Amino acid sequence: MQVVSAIREPLITGTKTLKDVSHDISRQVEGKPTRLWWMAFGVSLALLSWGAYCCWMLLWHGIGVWGLNKTVGWAWDITNFVWWVGIGHAGTLISAILLLFRQRWRMSINRAAEAMTIFAVICAASFPGFHMGRLWLGFYWALPLPNTFGSLWVNFNSPLLWDVFAISTYFTVSLVFWYMGLIPDFAVIRDRAVVQGNKIRALAYNALSFGWQGGAKTWMRYESVALILAGLSTPLVLSVHTIVSFDFATSVIPGWHTTIFPPYFVAGAIFSGFAMVLTLLLVTRKVFKLEQYITVYHIELMNIIIIITGSIVGIAYITELFISWYSRVPYEGYAFYNRVQGPYAWAYWSMMTCNVISPQLFWIKKIRTSIVATFVLSIIVNIGMWFERFVIIVTSIHRDYIPSSWTMFYPTMYDVGQYIFTFGIFFTAFFLFAKFFPVINMAEVKSILKSTSEKK
Amino acid sequence: MEEKATKVYWKGLDELSNSPEFVKHAHNEFGQPPAPEDDLGHSRRDFLKMMGFGVAAVSLAACEAPVRKAIPYVDKPLDVDPSLPNYYASTYTNGGDYCSIVVKVREGRPIKVDGNKLSGVTKGGTSAQVEASVLSLYDNSRLRAPRVGETKSASWEVLDQMVIDKLGAIRVSNGKIAIVSNTVLSPSTKAIIEKFKAKYPTTEHIQYDQVSMYGMLKANEESFGKAMIPSYDFSKANIIVSVAADFLCTWLSPIEFTKQYAQTREVSEEKRDMSRHYHFEAGMTLTGANADHRIQIKPSEEGAVVVQLYNLLAAKAGRSSVAGGIDKPFLAKAADELWENRGKSLVVAGSNDKAVQVVVNAINDMLGNYGSTILPHIPVNYRQGNDEAMINFINDADAGNVAGVIFYNCNPVYDHPMGEKLAGALKKVGLKISTAYKEDETGVECEYLAPDHHYLEAWNDAEPKKNHYSVAQPAISPIFKTRAAQESFLIWAGETNVDYYEILIDNWKTWFFKGGNLRAWWDKCLYDGVLELPVESSSVSFAGNVESAANTIASVKSNGIELFVYENGTVGNGSQANNPLLQELPDPITKAVWEHYVTVSPADAKEINFSEAKTKYASITANGKTVKLPVLVQPGQTPGTIGIPLGYGRTRAGKVADGIGVNAYPFASVVNGSWSFVATGATMQMLDERYWLATTQTNQTYMKRATVIQETVLSEFKNDPGAGRYRPKVATWKDPNHKVEPGKLSMWKGHDYKNHHWGMAIDLNTCIGCGACVVACNVENNVHLVGRQEVINRREMHWLRIDRYYSTNADVHDLKGLEKAAENPEVVFQPMLCQHCNNAPCETVCPVAATTHSTEGLNQMTYNRCIGTRYCANNCPYKVRRFNWFKYHDNRQFEQVNPAMNTSLGKMVLNPDVTVRSRGVMEKCSFCVQRIQQGKLQAKKEKRPLKDGEIITACQAACSTGAIVFGDVNDPESRISKLLQISPADENRPYGIDKKTGNPRAYQVLEEVGVKPNIWYLTKVRNKEEVKA
Repeated sequence: MQVVSAIREPLITGTKTLKDVSHDISRQVEGKPTRLWWMAFGVSLALLSWGAYCCWMLLWHGIGVWGLNKTVGWAWDITNFVWWVGIGHAGTLISAILLLFRQRWRMSINRAAEAMTIFAVICAASFPGFHMGRLWLGFYWALPLPNTFGSLWVNFNSPLLWDVFAISTYFTVSLVFWYMGLIPDFAVIRDRAVVQGNKIRALAYNALSFGWQGGAKTWMRYESVALILAGLSTPLVLSVHTIVSFDFATSVIPGWHTTIFPPYFVAGAIFSGFAMVLTLLLVTRKVFKLEQYITVYHIELMNIIIIITGSIVGIAYITELFISWYSRVPYEGYAFYNRVQGPYAWAYWSMMTCNVISPQLFWIKKIRTSIVATFVLSIIVNIGMWFERFVIIVTSIHRDYIPSSWTMFYPTMYDVGQYIFTFGIFFTAFFLFAKFFPVINMAEVKSILKSTSEKK
Repeated sequence: MEEKATKVYWKGLDELSNSPEFVKHAHNEFGQPPAPEDDLGHSRRDFLKMMGFGVAAVSLAACEAPVRKAIPYVDKPLDVDPSLPNYYASTYTNGGDYCSIVVKVREGRPIKVDGNKLSGVTKGGTSAQVEASVLSLYDNSRLRAPRVGETKSASWEVLDQMVIDKLGAIRVSNGKIAIVSNTVLSPSTKAIIEKFKAKYPTTEHIQYDQVSMYGMLKANEESFGKAMIPSYDFSKANIIVSVAADFLCTWLSPIEFTKQYAQTREVSEEKRDMSRHYHFEAGMTLTGANADHRIQIKPSEEGAVVVQLYNLLAAKAGRSSVAGGIDKPFLAKAADELWENRGKSLVVAGSNDKAVQVVVNAINDMLGNYGSTILPHIPVNYRQGNDEAMINFINDADAGNVAGVIFYNCNPVYDHPMGEKLAGALKKVGLKISTAYKEDETGVECEYLAPDHHYLEAWNDAEPKKNHYSVAQPAISPIFKTRAAQESFLIWAGETNVDYYEILIDNWKTWFFKGGNLRAWWDKCLYDGVLELPVESSSVSFAGNVESAANTIASVKSNGIELFVYENGTVGNGSQANNPLLQELPDPITKAVWEHYVTVSPADAKEINFSEAKTKYASITANGKTVKLPVLVQPGQTPGTIGIPLGYGRTRAGKVADGIGVNAYPFASVVNGSWSFVATGATMQMLDERYWLATTQTNQTYMKRATVIQETVLSEFKNDPGAGRYRPKVATWKDPNHKVEPGKLSMWKGHDYKNHHWGMAIDLNTCIGCGACVVACNVENNVHLVGRQEVINRREMHWLRIDRYYSTNADVHDLKGLEKAAENPEVVFQPMLCQHCNNAPCETVCPVAATTHSTEGLNQMTYNRCIGTRYCANNCPYKVRRFNWFKYHDNRQFEQVNPAMNTSLGKMVLNPDVTVRSRGVMEKCSFCVQRIQQGKLQAKKEKRPLKDGEIITACQAACSTGAIVFGDVNDPESRISKLLQISPADENRPYGIDKKTGNPRAYQVLEEVGVKPNIWYLTKVRNKEEVKA
């Protein structure tokens, strides 16, 4: 019987017992996949195969299958890269920063959010890979590996190299952190499998759990490592998107060369990351019937973070406009005039509407506690964040200093296909995760069943 | 061991009986008679043998990648050193177009054409067409061998015998023979044609020009008693008035005129004066774009403008005026200035109407220009075409009165306005021979194809002007079984000495040799490529009838839309249309490539929003002919006129040109006995059919960005040579009132170039925007051609481009309005290439250090190291980096548009010193680093310092006007240092990257970005009173 505090709202509703928690979460892993799961997984695989075809065409024929040109050297590729990286921010933020801040409500959502982070970072990393003219060399030439080329070394001045380090570090730490958290839960599934007499599952999950026995000392070490990793991840959450923003901020292109990019990008990343977490969790909670673990209270808290970060992003947009006017630099002025009124004004205004205006609706409690409204707005926010990156990248370079070189960018089927490819990766991985891994951190959730010290 | 045969065994009864049949076959293993020879079925043995060989051959071949044509010299030819180029002086002729050239030959292959500085005519200048002509040598659509009828190939003996038989028959029947050609510049060829005529007396040699100047010949005949075209000297003209004569691009001798014109346009602190150029025209031409005052007129008004000018001047000269004339802006002012500059002015007109040219002659005569800016004692031979003779020939042929015709390197079925009629008429001609080097539109109508060499394979000579001779020597032995047309003529004439080379030397010896060592003299002629003899000066007196000419002009009526057809600056008259270098060279004005279009004024094309070169088709009807072409909205074009370029609509030119556009020659009509390239009463109907034009530039103005283009007017320049300069200053955080030059602020310590520091100066005032440098760069650096679709995708690969900007009337704050060109805009051309920044933004962002800085100030690309992130291109403020989006070489997809990298014949043109870039890497201008290395190595080998001027870039070499100067800015004595008045910015660091320029005109594009380029531009100065608002 769950004990409910009189003054504190419960984080988990429905008077769950410890056993209920184990059962509710493990049930998904143990049962046969539902028809709905098969359908969703099938769609994901279809997206993945179509995307893989587009990748193949890209690799076989060259970057020319995309719509890029002499002036616009990056468009959808880097837009998607930054977008996915941004999405990949929420997981670690939830598990690391909120852990350090002792925000216990995070415990219901951190597992899925972290998984989402891992998959999003994989998706993101695919773009810097595929966008290279010679991917087969870029794989290792961009790494500072000892080589037989003499003194040939990477260029440590290049923000792209910093990206390589930032993304790979972030990915590694996030992956370890996520897996660490999974270990006790795998052990739970193993133990249940032993009881149920399912030897294969027992063997598999025993391996996955590294033979976790759950001794007090083990738990102590587990918690220390979690704390260390949380400490390591925290600066990474801030650094990754800061460094991604350096790709633009250190350049000489008006619209890119902006000192406010690092905080602006980080806020945007958390903004889009939370939106994506919401999108996914609202579906998961419905499909896996986890309404009592992921409550409206969780959703509301996340929506509040969206209001805050959305407002930061809005202020950043307005600051950019102000500075472009205040600086009296004609190119800077034109770059922003062109965003607002040029041929890509529709993209700019889409961004403004989706990112600045729509999250403000969450000030209204009715909207921020509405599942449907949250779901719709979370998608709108991510559309807006995609446009933000598109606006920054394409509208800045398509008309920069020399007017003779101004061009438009028109995406091709393969630009779209590459984007779809990453959706394929993302959802295929996410559905596999949702089926075979415990989507909620059982070990941690069990610790918050009791919201009072009262014994009963 | 010997064994005595005691017993006899026999194999059969045959042996026993020893029948003759048995004895005959006894040596065979098997008794049966062998299979007869004509039994085509191979034996089992053959089969096994062949299969064995086949298997062995295939497996052997599979062991090793095939080595293709890499055969070392067993006996090295005397003059060929692998990797060292040889240079041969020669002569480019294409019809009446002429250029004295130097051909660069590597391992026996001509790979580059440069101008010949020893020529007194072209003086080292070239044009885009001359530069591109080297690729025509390796044209895949060339004829590989002579051809008779439908057969694929024939031997020369067979062809000659048949031709001689037929010619003989014609001679017996006294039938008429015509040799049809474009202008023939070669005196030796003309002598050979005379020999042919002697053998076949009924032969007539008819010359015609695609764009005829017959009206001028006739006008001069009337004015001075001799049908000739005089030499012009623009360099002596202070005031130039041109009525639709595009003398910088297509009219008469543009290479020559460009050089002369540039001399009058050069300004400096010392020379603060320049010529003033008034230009009256309908469509925007290169010459009009360079004029100080460009006045829009309709083609039908050309005569009236000339008459008006005549009357204005006649009033000053006290002569009687003539009827007609039309007032146009600036005409009176032009007349005043012409009168003030009598003898130092020049009036030219592009009209092919005799009457107009008579009045022009009268004006120049009145101004005393004959003898100073016009040299009638040195007539030029560029255009000898006789319109009437050609029309008569076609009519004769149509009437069945011509028995034989030889088309000597010409293609009238395509490029004569009556080509269609000629094609029909040829069916009635018994003997039809074409010597063209490909089976062109005329060739398909001919039974005998006797292909001539390409000009780079042949001996020849030329007399572009009186007493200016030029020799052409082969730079490669003929690639195919072609034969000099001159030899063909001699063989057909039954001559015994048919060696054209020997005849050529004989001729020159007879004509020019004055004694001494013949061999040495001839070698010198070959070395120089030219032989120039003094011309006696003589004066002419004008005897033309201006009044009757004026009356003729007054009778010109105009109705409806006026359509003019014109040569553009790329494919010109279409004879080289199959050259992809020209197809992909952006038109100097419209910047369109691979496209045929109709130019329409913005006022007449209001329904088309011409953004991103997206347009619609229009249907145009004139002279009873209707064509459908996409509309190109051309600022500056006179409303009520439309223009269609010639040179397109080829059907038998080859894979490159076939099917692009329509043939515009049939729009010409005969006026006053000569071809007029104007059709009045045309109608144009916009169709609701979309079309996307391939252009390399879609934003037409420079948005009044003073840091990109800096210009002034002469009146201000006279007071201050630094007029028009934009000097950006930035405030620092230390003291907002203390502003410094942006170059002074840097995070970097800079570096020192201890040896050389390469730099370039580009004079915007002498650059006329012709594009010869672009083609030269393409050829020198093996730049990929990518074709129409890739240009629409905005992926042209040119390392050097000419940005063409129109002026705008919008206020500098009206950012949208700034995009719109003025109705009759001023034009400025800016060659844009890698600026080799000292603080290069591309270098810092490359993750793998594939683009780095050299110790001599070059920004260099290491293709091998490039992984293709394109970050460098994004971060380049000048947008000069080019990415290999696809594999443009050895890729069937690009075979048609880029034969130089996709066909084994085309690959012969590649410069072996420059890597052909593969897919996925970035590339850009290298300042011709291979030439720099070559020059440095040469100096090192000779143990001496490098001399200024030893290293010139390909673009500089091609520039007829000398607008581009390349050199070492560390060397205070170099031309560039003196021109820019270079000194180190910091006395303590003489070799530092920062250099100060003393030339007040020198500026760097985007100076305030602080990337410190190594290219300086010199401000543009327009000779007009006021800066246009």
